[in-house]
Amino acid sequence: MIMVTDTAAPATESAIVESIRVAVPEHGLQHDLRAISIVWRRELIRFRTDRLRAVTALVQPILFLFILGTGLSSLARGSMPGNVDFKTFIYPGVLAMSVLFTAIFSAGSIVWDREFGFLREILVAPVSRASIVIGKCLGGATIATFQGIIFLALAGFAHVPYNPVLLLTLVGELLLLSFTLTAFGVMMAARITQFQAFMALTQMLVMPLFFLSGALYPLSGLPGWLTILTRIDPLTYVVGPMRHAVFSHLSLPTGAQHVLAPGLTWAGWAVPVWLSLGIVAVMGLAMMSIAIEQFRKTE
Amino acid sequence: MSPTVRRQNPIPVPARLVSGVTVSIPPSTTGSQPLTMAAADGPADGAAGGPRPVIEVAGLAKRYGEVEAVRGIDLTVRAGETFGFLGPNGAGKTTTIKILCTLANATSGSARVAGFDTATQRDAVRRNIGLVFQDTTLDGYLTAEQNLRFHAELYGVPKAAVLPRMRQVLDMVGLWDRKDSLVSTFSGGMQRRLEIARGLLHAPHVLFLDEPTVGLDPQTRSSIWAYINELKGREDITIFLTTHYMDEAEHCDRIAIIDHGQIVAIDTPEALKASIGKDRVQIQTADDQAAIAALAGTFGLDAAVHEGAVTFSVASGEQFVPRLFTELGIPIRSVSVSRPSLDDVFMSYTGKTIRDAEASGTDAMRQMAARFRGRR
Ligand SMILES: Nc1ncnc2c1ncn2[C@@H]1O[C@H](COP(=O)(O)OP(=O)(O)O)[C@@H](O)[C@H]1O
Ligand SMILES: [Mg+2]
Repeated sequence: MIMVTDTAAPATESAIVESIRVAVPEHGLQHDLRAISIVWRRELIRFRTDRLRAVTALVQPILFLFILGTGLSSLARGSMPGNVDFKTFIYPGVLAMSVLFTAIFSAGSIVWDREFGFLREILVAPVSRASIVIGKCLGGATIATFQGIIFLALAGFAHVPYNPVLLLTLVGELLLLSFTLTAFGVMMAARITQFQAFMALTQMLVMPLFFLSGALYPLSGLPGWLTILTRIDPLTYVVGPMRHAVFSHLSLPTGAQHVLAPGLTWAGWAVPVWLSLGIVAVMGLAMMSIAIEQFRKTE
Repeated sequence: MSPTVRRQNPIPVPARLVSGVTVSIPPSTTGSQPLTMAAADGPADGAAGGPRPVIEVAGLAKRYGEVEAVRGIDLTVRAGETFGFLGPNGAGKTTTIKILCTLANATSGSARVAGFDTATQRDAVRRNIGLVFQDTTLDGYLTAEQNLRFHAELYGVPKAAVLPRMRQVLDMVGLWDRKDSLVSTFSGGMQRRLEIARGLLHAPHVLFLDEPTVGLDPQTRSSIWAYINELKGREDITIFLTTHYMDEAEHCDRIAIIDHGQIVAIDTPEALKASIGKDRVQIQTADDQAAIAALAGTFGLDAAVHEGAVTFSVASGEQFVPRLFTELGIPIRSVSVSRPSLDDVFMSYTGKTIRDAEASGTDAMRQMAARFRGRR
């Protein structure tokens, strides 16, 4: 049909500025990868431009390590096996904490995007819900790991050696933890429509997760009820291996390591590190799958 | 201008760019472009042989709990048409668009867009549509260019085409030189223009615009309309828009008037106005009450005082005026005859005037939230 222009767009101009033909491709792996990558990149751009967020996310772990840690280390001095500084003892747990908020808030930006409309732009795109959720989980995992690496730079203050193998191990474990936490956040964000509610809910969950993970105390010799609760907390399965990694790079009498980093047990059975981390990975993947399912639903 | 023709089986099209660079864009792998636009087809009033409908809606209904947002609407939009959905706040315009755009499921009825079912062929529908929502859906923390890039990647726009196409759409809305600015620093009108550019980036067959000018000042509104009209001439596109501004409906080839989730009238603006068949006559007299009584007594006309003048409707107003002077028997100081406006059309189909002055409470709140965000 002939299209009529109401405005004074001159015919010559229309002819010159011919529309650029773009064919949106049908679903394919390449398209999905591009979608995952751009969702991931957006997370990185946001993290880079929002310096304030990175700084504020450091406040809490620094308080725990330097204020609580220093305060308690004077109390614990002499009673710590092998004369280990209390700060060294809590460092792995506080390191895990340094990624907690960043990962979950990165997922929470979905709720924010929903409130401010950007989520619609994403949901109406001809791209699988899976690639959106995967991109989001990887993005959150990446920026939370960056956040953890900033805190990792402070390891020396807690007398944790800058050993390359140790650092790589810790970064790997942080990445896994960040991924699972983001997946958890995305799963929650799929159902929650108000940012306030999301914040309140995560605040309520995050601190118990942290306190039950054994970040601040050894996991052996606890009363039965607390032992059970710590074994239910997924964070335990990352904090344990992280502490194991740190303590195996310290030169300590064997007795000290046994008391302070006894390793995780299930009714007396020592859970190997690989299984511990495997559990976290499986949980992350499961929660991500649930999130994908939830984003498939339409109003 | 040369009307563009979309082929049934697209072959690689060397796109001529503004700069003179030629980029070959691979054909869509769908193998079936459902739309055919033949150069000779006029808006043939839905007759067979016209272009295939781009939007087909049958018995569409949507219920949110107790609220029946849309109650069984039927409509057809042909390729290349600019179709307007006109109705007051809460009429069900956004809900209809959400269903057509695969963002909501209909409670009953069906809808096809660009030849694909909106319930069962979501991805195919999504590939073929562009959207500008009522509320902004830009990421204010990203620059204009980053927003467009995000869109291009999500829609899988061929890599070689991204930059030239981005330049083209940004040039069209006059934002190319602001591409590196954060969107949160843009005014409402600029954000809306950017959204229109983004909606066009992947060259959709159908562009949905939900209240494209709501909350904008009159000058910005008319500039948005200039872009939309220019777009109609330049792109091979069907436009489906909603508005609650009467004057904007005049830009549409056809409009549907929707009220309480139902279509009460559907036709070209001219035909709708003509269907009322009567002109509006307003007279100033020395004694309005006597004039009203005389109009009723002598001509059997129902008159009332509106806007400080005795107002009534009558067929062929100009021809009636001479009779009025000779037969009314009351001195007339001035007279004006006007053709029916869309306001009159709306009034005659729904029994009330459209209240476009006040945005509803929720609309006002959303706009406040958007403004708050823009300031951050
Ligand atoms: N998600 C929703 N939940 C409940 N009611 C809704 C929802 N969306 C819209 N409605 C209701 O449906 C009706 C139509 O709304 P809408 O389509 O937004 O109207 P319009 O866009 O014409 O102003 C309104 O009464 C509105 O309150
Ligand atoms: Mg609306």
